[in-house]
Amino acid sequence: MKKRNKRMTDKLITFGIVIVAFIFCQIMISTGNMSRSLRGQLIPICVYIVMAVSLNLTVGISGELSLGHAGFMSVGAFSGIIAAMWMHKGIGVENQVLCLIFAIVAGGIFAGIAGVLIGIPVLRLRGDYLAIVTLAFGEIIRNVMNCIYISLDGQSLHFGFVNPNLPGKLLLNGPAGTTGIVKMSTFPMAFALVLLTLLVVLNLIDSRNGRAIMAIRDSRIAAESVGLQVTRYKMMAFVTSAVLAGMAGAIYGLNFSTVTAAKFKFDTSILVLVFVVMGGIGNIRGSVIAATLLTVLPELLRAFSDFRMLFYAILLILVMLVGNNPTLRSMVLRIIPRRKNQSQDGEVN
Amino acid sequence: MSIEKKATRLVPAPSYGLLPERDVNARPVLEARNLGIEFGGLHAVEDFNLVIGKTEIAGLIGPNGAGKTTVFNLLTKVYQPTMGTILVNGRDTVGMTTAQASKMGIARTFQNIRLFSNMSVEDNVRIGLHNQIRYGMFTGIFRLPAYWKCEQRMHERSMELLSIFDMQDLADHKAGSLPYGAQRRLEIVRALATNPCLLLLDEPAAGMNPHETEELMENIVKIRDSFKIAILLIEHDMKLVMGICEGICVLNYGKIIAKGTPEDIQNNPTVIEAYLGKRKEA
Amino acid sequence: MTLFLSYLINGINLGSVYAIIALGYTMVYGIAKMLNFAHGDIIMVGAYISFCAAQYLGLPALVSVLMAMAVCTTLGIVIEGLAYRPLRQAPSLAVLITAIGVSYFLQNSALLIWGANPKSFPSVVSVPSISLLNGSLLISGETIVTILANIIIMVTLTLFTSRTKMGKAMRAVSEDKGAAELMGINVNTTISVTFAIGSALAAIAGVLLCSSYPTLMPTTGSMPGIKAFTAAVFGGIGSIPGAMIGGILLGIIEILGKAYVSTELGDAFVFAVLIIVLLVKPTGLFGKVVPEKV
Repeated sequence: MKKRNKRMTDKLITFGIVIVAFIFCQIMISTGNMSRSLRGQLIPICVYIVMAVSLNLTVGISGELSLGHAGFMSVGAFSGIIAAMWMHKGIGVENQVLCLIFAIVAGGIFAGIAGVLIGIPVLRLRGDYLAIVTLAFGEIIRNVMNCIYISLDGQSLHFGFVNPNLPGKLLLNGPAGTTGIVKMSTFPMAFALVLLTLLVVLNLIDSRNGRAIMAIRDSRIAAESVGLQVTRYKMMAFVTSAVLAGMAGAIYGLNFSTVTAAKFKFDTSILVLVFVVMGGIGNIRGSVIAATLLTVLPELLRAFSDFRMLFYAILLILVMLVGNNPTLRSMVLRIIPRRKNQSQDGEVN
Repeated sequence: MSIEKKATRLVPAPSYGLLPERDVNARPVLEARNLGIEFGGLHAVEDFNLVIGKTEIAGLIGPNGAGKTTVFNLLTKVYQPTMGTILVNGRDTVGMTTAQASKMGIARTFQNIRLFSNMSVEDNVRIGLHNQIRYGMFTGIFRLPAYWKCEQRMHERSMELLSIFDMQDLADHKAGSLPYGAQRRLEIVRALATNPCLLLLDEPAAGMNPHETEELMENIVKIRDSFKIAILLIEHDMKLVMGICEGICVLNYGKIIAKGTPEDIQNNPTVIEAYLGKRKEA
Repeated sequence: MTLFLSYLINGINLGSVYAIIALGYTMVYGIAKMLNFAHGDIIMVGAYISFCAAQYLGLPALVSVLMAMAVCTTLGIVIEGLAYRPLRQAPSLAVLITAIGVSYFLQNSALLIWGANPKSFPSVVSVPSISLLNGSLLISGETIVTILANIIIMVTLTLFTSRTKMGKAMRAVSEDKGAAELMGINVNTTISVTFAIGSALAAIAGVLLCSSYPTLMPTTGSMPGIKAFTAAVFGGIGSIPGAMIGGILLGIIEILGKAYVSTELGDAFVFAVLIIVLLVKPTGLFGKVVPEKV
């Protein structure tokens, strides 16, 4: 039972950190101690935390490298925006929080559907092939989003593909992206999504289904031999991850007045992957911290913004080399003595 | 032997089984008929017939590369056989997946250990209990009462199973960090957790010293007696095989060359030849 | 009809570039068993080097190409030695992430050195165009050179891997690293040579690509790189003729898709091909099956 308690404490620490950070931010805002640019970063930070934690579910817990996570964010963003605009302007619901919740749910559902559709073929593949196919799907989603046109005419939505003529007011204008969005996203809502994501992912990991997902990661053949249906659990992780990314996308989309499909290109998927790798693959709390720091840091170091991606690239390579090469690893451990149980305890938390 | 031809469902076993004196009217737990698999023209296993009784300990031996592990892979549906039939408790397993075979009651260990090495010992056993104690994804995520009840039951059952090998104290250790012998024992515990009717052990004594092997022999018999299951094991340690197996089947080049009791096998000239080679005629 | 033929020729031209890149991919994948994500960015580096040599140093076209090859070869060996060799025993996830890191490193270094503005690449080809069917069908010099280069490279590589000692060593390493090492083959050298050859090919591909499509940017190489990987998978990874045929087919599919269906969805077609191939015949057209040992 010792282990159980340790897991519980770990989980509480993670929740504690984010809640304290949230309260701290709120106090800073209300006392006027937070700069404008940093305040503008709060929602993106929450979005990236959700993205990183959900990607970690696929990469760290399920053990499949997905390079198309931004695709799900994109699906979520556009379906969320359309849903919110339809509810707000089409039906005339004034309450923006309601509209936002509706948008998040819609974003999650549509991204989930995309996750199922993509997961069916993708999860039959393994390793590098799986990675490259998720990349391909990410690009296909971006290409397709560039060709979709949606307009709102009264209460009804009109859909078109590749340059049509639609009645009413255009909401989604192909490659030009969405127009005339009412910015509905708020920091508390974004934070609520972070809490929901942590609740789902952390509790999933520490349950029967989560153990099955990790077992399949560790040994597919052994997992099958004890009666686990591999595809079912891989799908569970993949789709849950897609739903969360879609929800994050909805909040992200409703935080800007225009959003184009180009915002969700391959680079965004890689950026989120960088967060996951930096925070430690399989380490949820690490993802939260890495996503926060690596979103805030470049803002603080604006002068070096040209070097940002270069810096990430070098960091990515170094972390991989140190983490996976025994010689380098022991060298680094000699310089920075770590707590002993940390390196031995590969348990995720 | 004519029964084999029509052959998908059949209950009473004819006497081509392992033990001649066994009750032929009892339904065997496993029955393999004319089982075979071909890899690109190579017959890795051919014409494999075997019957195992409800609580029998049987051995599968043979020189390296004889196809023993392939037989295990066929029985557990890791490979789909290209010929023949496998009946588990009289039910045909044709077209089943490995996971379905496990639900039918076939559990196994692996020659090269395959634990969930990043997870704790107890979690490895809990995964074995996956299909025994169930609750849904939402119950797990939102911690509904069923979650706590099931997790508690899983914990108790895991401890019970681990106690077979006195491993309760290791429950919180990472499976991958256990010593070799303990990893082999954990694999057996994990297999038992799936509530099998037939346990397949692939070289359970490999890498163990004589003392550990002795202990393992006692434990295998103990497991059979308390779980009332059949056990089929692949092993090179003849002391173990001859000591606990009631029936032995010898495989060479993918074919059965002998079947019988340990005494039969020890005196069988074909078996001796397969292991030691033909005596040169002077 | 002439329009179709000209699309077809464009497709073969683009496809030949893909094929040359895919050859590098397929050799590296076959031998080091890793997806060298940075391969596409070496193309970009090659094109920039050639561009600088011709533009700033005023060197003749052929010399600039040779210079690009030399730089890329060195770059390939250095990358392999510094980033990939320490990870030879690491899980493939780690290697792939490192390769992505290298790819981003190259792209962003290029961004800092040469800036984000696209450069207009002057063609290195001085072969005149051929006009067919009374002038209604024009085959450009670039197309002719690209196709010829592709054929020459493929024949040379096939002879190299089947006839020379190093080529045989490569095949041995791709079958079984451990056994090759026991036979006295230096695995590290062999893998380095493979990267060197692949990178030199990437330089050629970069120059040819930019001669036909003269926009040179730090991200020029990434899409062709991914598409060339698609081509390598299509043809069967590890197979040299497979890479060539896969590349050409993919080029044709892309150009025809863009011409007849939708310009926006051209890339989507290429990726759809990748997905379909992987699902229907994961080993590609010429690949072989490697069963998993239990």
